[in-house]
Amino acid sequence: MPLGPRLRGGDGFGLMPFSLSPEELTAIKLSLRVGFWAMLTSLPVALLVAMVLARGRFWGRSALNVIVHLPLVMPPVVTGYILLILFGRRGALGAPLADYLGIVFAFRWTGAALASAVMGFPLMVRSMRLSIDAVDRRLEDAAATLGANRGWVWLTVTLPLILPGIVAGMILSFARALGEFGATITFVSNIPGETQTLPIAIYTFLQVPGGETGAFRLTLVSVAISVAALLASEAIAQRASRRAAGL
Amino acid sequence: MLSVSVTHRLGAFTLDAEFQSEGGLTALFGRSGAGKTSLVNAIAGLIRPDRGHISIDGEVLTDTATGRFVPAHRRRVGYVFQEGRLFPHLNVRQNLAYGRWFAPKDGARSLGDGSEFDQVVGLLGIEHLLARRPANLSGGEKQRVAIGRALLARPRLLVMDEPLASLDDSRRHEIFPYIERLRDEMRVPIVYVSHSIPEVARLATTLVVLSDGQVAAIGPTAEIMGRLDLFPLTGRAEAGAILATRIAGHDSAFALTILKAAAGELRVPRLDLPVGTALRVRIRARDVMIALKPPEGLSALNVLPGTVAEIAQGDGPIVQMRLDCAGEALIARLTRRSVETMGLVPGLKVHAVIKSIAFDHHAFAGAQPLAVSSDAEIAEG
Repeated sequence: MPLGPRLRGGDGFGLMPFSLSPEELTAIKLSLRVGFWAMLTSLPVALLVAMVLARGRFWGRSALNVIVHLPLVMPPVVTGYILLILFGRRGALGAPLADYLGIVFAFRWTGAALASAVMGFPLMVRSMRLSIDAVDRRLEDAAATLGANRGWVWLTVTLPLILPGIVAGMILSFARALGEFGATITFVSNIPGETQTLPIAIYTFLQVPGGETGAFRLTLVSVAISVAALLASEAIAQRASRRAAGL
Repeated sequence: MLSVSVTHRLGAFTLDAEFQSEGGLTALFGRSGAGKTSLVNAIAGLIRPDRGHISIDGEVLTDTATGRFVPAHRRRVGYVFQEGRLFPHLNVRQNLAYGRWFAPKDGARSLGDGSEFDQVVGLLGIEHLLARRPANLSGGEKQRVAIGRALLARPRLLVMDEPLASLDDSRRHEIFPYIERLRDEMRVPIVYVSHSIPEVARLATTLVVLSDGQVAAIGPTAEIMGRLDLFPLTGRAEAGAILATRIAGHDSAFALTILKAAAGELRVPRLDLPVGTALRVRIRARDVMIALKPPEGLSALNVLPGTVAEIAQGDGPIVQMRLDCAGEALIARLTRRSVETMGLVPGLKVHAVIKSIAFDHHAFAGAQPLAVSSDAEIAEG
């Protein structure tokens, strides 16, 4: 299935043979789906954790902080292996989830999304936490004196002010998901159409003779998506922070 | 009626203050670090005092003895902060609507016809700002919007923490009339934190002097400002008495305005105000000279007869003295040498001489356009 204009010829052998094979297209679509769901599902959890870390004063706060940041410093393969132990079909969490809720992660695209979400989680939390720390809490006091209870204060003052951080965190998480390799391949392996995301597809192409062209095309797509995501995040964050700054 | 009694430790500093207020504008006056802001934060429910009891109109808001603490959002104490604290992500209209949204929907403060929103906006003169963002407002405009926002939440009490401190002189004068209208027209009880004598002199009906976390004096503004023993707290250089006057006429030939006070007439540089307007005039102690006889051949235009009521004792070269001019206090500041050579003692009849040009803007509490103070509150003093 051709996608976009053929830049030169189209014999599939030129320097810029920009027509994607079905396998390549599948990998791209899968990557976008995995990245989207990884970003979306970790959003509420990350926001809650960021709030708790920024504002909470409780025993075990630094322990939570360490756990959240672990995927950032551990080798991705280790994270993937831990996920396999926990969320595998017979894992401590995977078994009950599959038996009672019918949610299966092992060797499914949902597992790839979970791995990506976990890997992107610290980035998302950090970005949100920075913006929460930057909120002028005196504005929240002002809202309280105007009759807003804590829930309303959060919704009408805190949330709009930290929106740039939330958006930035989402983009970071999405970008991380698109690039995720180690944890995903360790956790859910390399199944075309199910868990073979862009980086894994590129890796696979490179393993077979004559796969360089496919790898190169996917690399270009990967770069394009990353650039687009960055530009979008830049634009959204700029708008949001201008708004938060009252301009 | 507001009743406050608070003990609160902040590091090495202890706030231990108690006062009551019966409406009008109650100024908490004192130097920085005297505990003023902590006190109003306790009233607004932003801090929980170590010990204390705070009530408004009999409703207990804080009582550490029973553990009662009404959270800030249910107190209905409006707060105008020193820095305005407008919400940067909302425009002026939305900022104003914010307080309105959470306010109780019954018992609107009546100002006559028209919606409450339009009235407040009109009162503060901010119609033209509604679509703007706080970042595009001047300091004075921000504070007016902040006042409007607090008012629209329908507070039982309005707390203002140095609302003019971040403004320059001319912006300050821009806000004064609006605060006076809150006090006199809307009759909102106000607790007003300030460390500025001109501000307090112009706005306050009741003055609470705070020093090192304690209430040093409380009473009607004119009475407190006339007390010699409080000068170290109220500031010697700016010290002065407040006279209640009314514009008796204008001397257009010399561009002067004649003010009538109980003690006599004062001629001041022309004021563009109608005859009959009530005006508070602050006469600084350093602008007052004392003569034993009605002076002749003197350029000063204003001579008020009075009696020496009190002379503050001290070893320094300067002495403060309070005169009784037809029941009103006038403060004079002169050298101890003059007091001795002239033989000034309490009970002696003297004449206070005030140069007309002493009535610069300080005399009118820095007011342009000028204050219209009700004389009722001066009568209390």
